[in-house]
Amino acid sequence: MNANVTINWTDVGAAIEVAPQSARRVETIMGAIAVFRTVADEYYAVFDKCPHKGGPLSEGIVHGRAIACPLHNWSISLESGEALGADAGKGCTPTVPLRLEEGRILLGLNF
Amino acid sequence: MKKGEDIAPIRDTLIFGQAVTNALAGQDPSDAIAAWPDDTEVCGCNGVSKGQVVASICAGNDTLDKVRGHCKASASCGSCTGIVESLLKCTLGDSFKAQTGPKPVCKCTEHGHAHVRKAIIEQDLKTLPDVMQALKWTTPDGCSSCRPALNYYLLCAWPREYKDDPRSRFVNERNHANIQKDGTYSVVPRMWGGLTSAKELRAIADVVDKFNVPMVKVTGGQRLDLFGVKKEDLPAVWADLNAAGMVSGHAYAKALRTVKTCVGSEWCRFGTQDSTGLGVKLEQATWGSYMPHKFKMAVSGCPRNCAEATIKDFGVVCVDSGYELHVGGNAGIHLRGTDLLTKVATEAEALEWSMAFVQLYREDAWYLERTAPWIERVGLPFVKDRLAEPEMRAALVARFLESQAVYQVDPWAEHAPKSEPVKVFSPLADLREGFTQPEPAE
Repeated sequence: MNANVTINWTDVGAAIEVAPQSARRVETIMGAIAVFRTVADEYYAVFDKCPHKGGPLSEGIVHGRAIACPLHNWSISLESGEALGADAGKGCTPTVPLRLEEGRILLGLNF
Repeated sequence: MKKGEDIAPIRDTLIFGQAVTNALAGQDPSDAIAAWPDDTEVCGCNGVSKGQVVASICAGNDTLDKVRGHCKASASCGSCTGIVESLLKCTLGDSFKAQTGPKPVCKCTEHGHAHVRKAIIEQDLKTLPDVMQALKWTTPDGCSSCRPALNYYLLCAWPREYKDDPRSRFVNERNHANIQKDGTYSVVPRMWGGLTSAKELRAIADVVDKFNVPMVKVTGGQRLDLFGVKKEDLPAVWADLNAAGMVSGHAYAKALRTVKTCVGSEWCRFGTQDSTGLGVKLEQATWGSYMPHKFKMAVSGCPRNCAEATIKDFGVVCVDSGYELHVGGNAGIHLRGTDLLTKVATEAEALEWSMAFVQLYREDAWYLERTAPWIERVGLPFVKDRLAEPEMRAALVARFLESQAVYQVDPWAEHAPKSEPVKVFSPLADLREGFTQPEPAE
C-alpha cells in the first residue's frame, strides 16, 4: 500500500450499538458494509455481500471470527473476507479498515 | 440405443432397474455406481459429478465428512449420502470404515445429539456456555450448526428458566420472516385452519399497496405469502397486520407451520366431521411451539382426504365414528406416507393426542430431524407405547402446555414499533445521502 495515502475515518455509531455475536449494516454509496462484533468483543467490517451469491452477511450467525452466510451457509473470515472450509479459495469479500475510539466505531472509507 | 447397439445383455436392467438385476445376480449395488460414467451428477444441490467425488477421495479425503468439506457433495440436503459412501467404499476398498457410533452434532464436538440432550437434563445445564464448557466444545462459541441446535435443546428442556438466544437462531427466526435470494423477506400472516375474512384480506391488500409488495402467492399450506418486503419495513408491516387481528404465521420457523383443512361437514356433502373447526382448534393449541424442525398438520373431513393429511407430520382423517390420527408423513425430499397412530372418538381426544405427540417429538427428536426420519429411527412402537399410556400422555400434554405458557406469544407484536422505529431492523448508519465524494488522491 502507498504509505502516503491517509485513511479517511468516518464515525458510524457507538460500539455498544452492535451486540456481541451480531452485526449491523452501514449503507454507503459503494454498497452496504456489515460491522461485526464477536463473542470476544472484537470488531470487524466487511462488505455485506457474500462472494458466493451476494447474500447479506450481516444476517448470518457470527461464530468465532467468522460469519455463516444466511443464504447457503458459506463461512467467511471476518479478518480476511476469504471463504473458509469447503469453499476456501472460491471467493473473497472486501474488508474495510475499522478502529474503535472512545466507544465510537470508525470505518476507513476512502471513496 | 441411439448407437444401435444390441441391448439384449442389459434387457433386465432396462426393464427392472439396476437394483433388481444386481440383487438377482447377487451383486453389491455399489458395483453399479462404480460403473457410472465420470460425468454423472451425484450431488444435485451443489452440482458435483462422480468424477469430482472420486478425485476428492483420491486426494486424501477418506471420510464422508472430509468429502463433504472438500467438494461439497452430500453437504446440503444429504439425499446423495448413500452414493458418496458407496464411492468411498469402492475407491478405498477395505481401508474405508463407515461412520460407526453416534454422529457428532458438528465439528465443534465429538458428542452426538442424544448425548447432548441427555447431558443438558442430567447435568442441569441451563446456558449455551454451560453446555459448551461441560461437554468440552472445541470452539469458543460453537458454529452455525451447533448453536441453533443447543439453543433449541435448552429452551425445550427449560422453558421457564432458559432465555432464548436470538443470536443462535437462523436469520428467519431472528427476523420473523423468510429471507429470499435477494435479501428481501417474505411475510405470511397466520390464517387459522386456512380460514380468512374480508377484514383480513383488506388489511393484506392494504399492506401490499402501502409497502409496494411485488408478489403475493397462495402457499401449499393455505396461506398468503407476501414476497419482496424490505427488512426495514418488516416491523411496520407487522404492525398493520397485527392491527387487523393477524399474528405471525411462523412460516419461517422450526415450529408449527400450518394446519391445512378441507371444508368438512359444515359444507361438504361427504364430510363426516367438522374438519375446519378441528383444524382451527389444533392450530390455536399448538401455534408458537418451537420444534426440532418444521411441523405441518392437516385435517380431512372424510377418507377422500382432500386436505392431504396422510403426508403431514400430524394428520387427522375424520370418519363417521370419529377421528383417525396419522403421524410421520412427509412430502419433501423423500415422500413418506403417515403411519396410523390410533383412532379416537372425540375432538377433545384428538386434541390431547396431538399435543402429546408434538411434545414427544419435541423432547426426543434431534434438531433438524423431521417426524418422518425420527419415526423411522425410533420406530412406531416407541411412539405408540408412550402415547397409549394415559398417564404418560397426560404428562406430555402438561409439559407441552407449560412450554406454551411461555412461548405462545406473537413475535410480530413483540417487535412491531410502539412509538419509535425498531433500531435493529434499521441500518447503524446511512452514508448515502449528503455524502460528498472526496477528490481522488494523487
